[in-house]
Amino acid sequence: MKDDQLMNEEHSGTSRRSFLKRTSLMTAMALAPETVIKAAEKGLDEKIAATIETMPLNVTINGVKQSVRIEPRVTLLDLLRERLQLTGTKKGCDHGQCGACTVHIDGERVNACLTLAVTTEGRDVTTIEGLAKGDELHPMQEAFLEHDGFQCGYCTPGQIMSAICCIREGHADTPDEIREYMSGNICRCGAYSNIVDAIMDVKQGGKKV
Amino acid sequence: MKQFSYVRVTSGKAAISELSKDKTAMFLAGGTNLVDLMKSGVTNPERLVDITRVPLATIEATKTGLRIGALAKNTAVAEHPLVLKHFPLLSQALNAGASPQLRNMATVGGNMMQRTRCHYFYDTALPCNKRNPGSGCGAIGGFSRMHAIFGASDKCIAVHPSDMCVALTALDAVITVTGAKGERKISFGEFHRLPGDTPEIDNTLQRGELITAVDIPFNDALQQTHYLKVRDRASYAFALVSAGVALSLKGNNIADVRIAMGGVAHKPWRLKEAEAYLKGKPATEEHFREAARLTMAQAKAEEGNAYKLTLAPNTIVEALKLAAANGNI
Ligand SMILES: Cc1cc2nc3c(=O)[nH]c(=O)nc-3n(C[C@H](O)[C@H](O)[C@H](O)COP(=O)(O)OP(=O)(O)OC[C@H]3O[C@@H](n4cnc5c(N)ncnc54)[C@H](O)[C@@H]3O)c2cc1C
Ligand code: FES
Ligand code: FES
Repeated sequence: MKDDQLMNEEHSGTSRRSFLKRTSLMTAMALAPETVIKAAEKGLDEKIAATIETMPLNVTINGVKQSVRIEPRVTLLDLLRERLQLTGTKKGCDHGQCGACTVHIDGERVNACLTLAVTTEGRDVTTIEGLAKGDELHPMQEAFLEHDGFQCGYCTPGQIMSAICCIREGHADTPDEIREYMSGNICRCGAYSNIVDAIMDVKQGGKKV
Repeated sequence: MKQFSYVRVTSGKAAISELSKDKTAMFLAGGTNLVDLMKSGVTNPERLVDITRVPLATIEATKTGLRIGALAKNTAVAEHPLVLKHFPLLSQALNAGASPQLRNMATVGGNMMQRTRCHYFYDTALPCNKRNPGSGCGAIGGFSRMHAIFGASDKCIAVHPSDMCVALTALDAVITVTGAKGERKISFGEFHRLPGDTPEIDNTLQRGELITAVDIPFNDALQQTHYLKVRDRASYAFALVSAGVALSLKGNNIADVRIAMGGVAHKPWRLKEAEAYLKGKPATEEHFREAARLTMAQAKAEEGNAYKLTLAPNTIVEALKLAAANGNI
């Protein structure tokens, strides 16, 4: 059973407890630590439900305060995509190796796939969905469109989130510097040269990012 | 990822006490290594103690050196004015590691504690003495392209993957750790260990101890530095071989020099013999070659990493040349 499915069950209104009651012992064993396995061996589904703890989390996402209960093992990426339906942030490798999941926490770019959601308590998260002001795109989004900074578009949200910080951090003065400081975002379509052009354009345009 | 319980602490004392409540508990810092290992099922703590809000991220000058808190982020250290001024090698090594996103998350303590990237260690279906003592080493006689040429054992040929640690080894850093029994200091070279018969033990930190800071003694003479990292792509890849050099010249003679290597051993590899040889000698390619030759006398390779027997000495020579020329070659 995947973390995602667990969360979807909860999202669709089925309570965790009744959901767990329905699951077989085997399922519980597959996702459970020692304590739960012990409870399961005694056939005590109630106890299983009690040991799988969720925690309260208060975090601001794109300016909206969110209060949710989640398991500690849920990553920020899964919270965004599976629970809050903010699917703009992409899951590429899920291991910090591609940058598709790049979001900003308190203004800094990070990999959401290696961030446990519970660690973001009280923080301010910005995702690709939080960039545009109504119908007005962020200058970096405009520039990616103008320069064809993508082909399939899968890496694009991560590239754009990363590119904004690349400029904010002061690492976008030359194409070489951009290449180095955008190296945490892999593009399997190879749109790199247009991405560099887009970033140079925004940087030279001088608009606030 | 398996289930675990989570607690957030805001003091070192609470961190140590919370860790003692479960024998599988682990500290969580940036999470860039631990969360990855938990997803892969390599590390399965039942409790995480989140230390990211413990106030140990300060970077400040002391009377004798620079003190860097264990929770300082890799980016913060790499870009700190005092680090750039006194220890450019550390900044260069940090910036050569991982990606900007990962460096924003990764901490100094976590970087030191990161585990090997050996494929056999990561794949729970394969044998690995480090992950599962007694199961054998898959890399010996297997896929060993990334592996050690110095100090390996017949139980393990994994390397420590950190770039930062190469610089801290060369710069004679000292680590401060705190545990239930109080505080102690560990010199950087004594922190990581060779695999021997117990490759499951990466370092000399005792269970329950928290790394609190790293001190680097001022040595402003060592201003000419270079961190040369050879890897499969230009950025965002672990080192095949790396060399960090800090030196000072008097005329064309080497007044003082520190050299360490990454990607070649189970710990960051300090080149003391080469340093002793070079001291006082003219900074010429001929002497750099001899220093590399002395270093390589102890090297031993598998089939898969035999190329490192050529790459490593060339990297040493090139890094020395670049440091001596202050990057102007
Ligand atoms: C795709 C990818 C590429 C990478 N490339 C490189 C690279 O090129 N070069 C490089 O050097 N590194 C690289 N890294 C590794 C990265 O540098 C480490 O993952 C990072 O430094 C770990 O720090 P952290 O704070 O995230 O540690 P965590 O993952 O939070 O913790 C790691 C370990 O340290 C322990 N720990 C953390 N802080 C303390 C403390 N204060 N006291 C005691 N124990 C502690 C934890 O319990 C855990 O066991 C890469 C990582 C990824 C995912
Ligand atoms: S999905 Fe996070 S880095 Fe690939
Ligand atoms: S546009 Fe397809 S992966 Fe980048």
